[in-house]
Amino acid sequence: MADKDPNTVISVRDLVNAFGSQVIHDGVDLDVKRGEVIGIVGGSGTGKSVMLRTVVGLNQPVSGSIEVLGRDVLNMTSDARHELETHWGVLFQDGALFSSLTVAQNIEVPLKEDLKLPGRLMAEIAACKIGLVGLPPDAGDKFPAQISGGMRKRAGLARALALDPDILFLDEPTAGLDPIAAAAFDQLIKDLQSSLGLTVFLVTHDLDSLFAICDRVAVLVDKKIRVGTLEQHLQDDHPWIHDYFHGPRGRAALPPGMAGR
Amino acid sequence: MASAATILASDEQGGLVLRAAGEWLVASASELDRRLNALELPQGQQVTVDLGGVDRLDSTGALLLLRTEHALAERGNQVALANLAPRFAPLIDQVRARGIVEPLPHPVPPHYTLVGFVARIGQVTLLLLNRLYDILGFTGLVVATAMKLIRHPSRLRVTATLVQMELVGLDALPIVGLLSFLIGVVMAYQGADQLRRFGAEIYTVNLLGVSIMRELGVLLSAIIIAGRSGSAFTAQIGTMQVNEEIDAMRTLGLDPIEVLVLPRLLGLSLTLPLVVFYADLMGLLGGALMSWIVLDISIPTFITQLQGAVSEGTLWVGVVKAPFFAAIIAQVGCYEGLNVTRSAESVGKLTTQSVVESIFFVIVTDAAFSIIFSLLKI
Repeated sequence: MADKDPNTVISVRDLVNAFGSQVIHDGVDLDVKRGEVIGIVGGSGTGKSVMLRTVVGLNQPVSGSIEVLGRDVLNMTSDARHELETHWGVLFQDGALFSSLTVAQNIEVPLKEDLKLPGRLMAEIAACKIGLVGLPPDAGDKFPAQISGGMRKRAGLARALALDPDILFLDEPTAGLDPIAAAAFDQLIKDLQSSLGLTVFLVTHDLDSLFAICDRVAVLVDKKIRVGTLEQHLQDDHPWIHDYFHGPRGRAALPPGMAGR
Repeated sequence: MASAATILASDEQGGLVLRAAGEWLVASASELDRRLNALELPQGQQVTVDLGGVDRLDSTGALLLLRTEHALAERGNQVALANLAPRFAPLIDQVRARGIVEPLPHPVPPHYTLVGFVARIGQVTLLLLNRLYDILGFTGLVVATAMKLIRHPSRLRVTATLVQMELVGLDALPIVGLLSFLIGVVMAYQGADQLRRFGAEIYTVNLLGVSIMRELGVLLSAIIIAGRSGSAFTAQIGTMQVNEEIDAMRTLGLDPIEVLVLPRLLGLSLTLPLVVFYADLMGLLGGALMSWIVLDISIPTFITQLQGAVSEGTLWVGVVKAPFFAAIIAQVGCYEGLNVTRSAESVGKLTTQSVVESIFFVIVTDAAFSIIFSLLKI
């Protein structure tokens, strides 16, 4: 095939997802390149999270093919799958921390499962990740129920980063955060992305996040996907896309340089 | 995996040089950690860490590197990083700025010591007394709410109560019936075995009648219902608590005690006596069947003997306890459900606790009844 670009880390072809008779995605194609931040947007119920869940293999599509890092996600042995899972980290909406473990123990889970590391080193790595995501050092000993929603997201991010993955999947990372915390979280993702060389697959509702950190944006409309840079989407005359980017909130989030017609 | 990660120390002009090479990734962290810990760190020297040979670096690799740098600096060395590839610079900066954190020490849990052990016994005892006090307080609240309902009977949730009666009573009949039947079978078999030695096989019927109707029927039903419905009460109300449904109810002017607790309490108190009666019947049926098979006591003989052995009072002694047990199960179940905090873990923990507590209180109450009945010579 012509699209065997070594820089393509995620390649989705002809994806069809349906729940019962309700078709969510009807022939979606998407390529994500190494080192880019791609934002997935769309109205409620257009299947943004379903898209993410399908790519990481939590949802079996009706048809289509998905390749992550050159490997076919839909047809693979459990060993191959396990190996692939060490190359990505997923942050779920509310962090999805294991409630019976402390934050530090949560971060140690992937380390314990995949690598046989000495306990002292695991504690050091966990403390390092806690610092990297901007949590105070004493957060490590707290249980998920004892920390705020924003801290839970940071802790979830720290767990997703535990194995230093190539790809980071984020499901609405800034939803439910106050604007200051959301901006700080955007900056954090940007910093980590550039220093760790991550590819980021970002499902979001947050226009500010899109403008702040995304290289390209994929819009889910009419059961299909439209991928492009922000400038391209601003020119698009599809009614939903136009309303989305040119509505009052879209205009407010628009950086000054991009305010063109 | 390509080249392994290495670190080599050599004394050169101008001080010690540490040469790092290979893939400094989390996959080789264990090996690297061992090698770095084995290094003999000098004091008060000029140390150069040469990173020219590092092919790949991730945040764990950077952590190990900077941890070593930190340890060297603490010993009064002058440390310099040399030949750092520009693509690693942002990562190194990021980890240096925020990632070098001493992990918190994990103290030995205090209850591992003797003093801690004794202290823990005290703590748990106080906790249990406190809980008893709280449950008593909750009982008071429920009674006060029930009193209000007596003045305004139209506020009683009839549908909810009937639904609870179906769920806790009717739906429990198969399991309660089967278990009572089997207990009847076992009692008859064991009793017959012992009494045959005295040629008093016929008294198996008396043994069955008295033990099942006075104690076993009601106790067995209560324990099954505690496991089946008490746990369900805690889990249902607890999940509602996690979802903030209870809080939503309060803001809408609904009293959770009135809406959730009273229908369950009333439903269970009304149905448990009936379930007990049914359990008695099934237990006697099992006993009669077994007596017929092993002792050749025909069903009519069994009935005649039973009529001599038990009276209507024997039945009532058992059944009268049922509403008390029902109240205990419903209240403990609902109380623990309302105690759930907003985490999924606490639902599980308190559900277990609710079953253990309600069975405990049921058996303690049963013992108290025995004492009262013997004092009253019933």
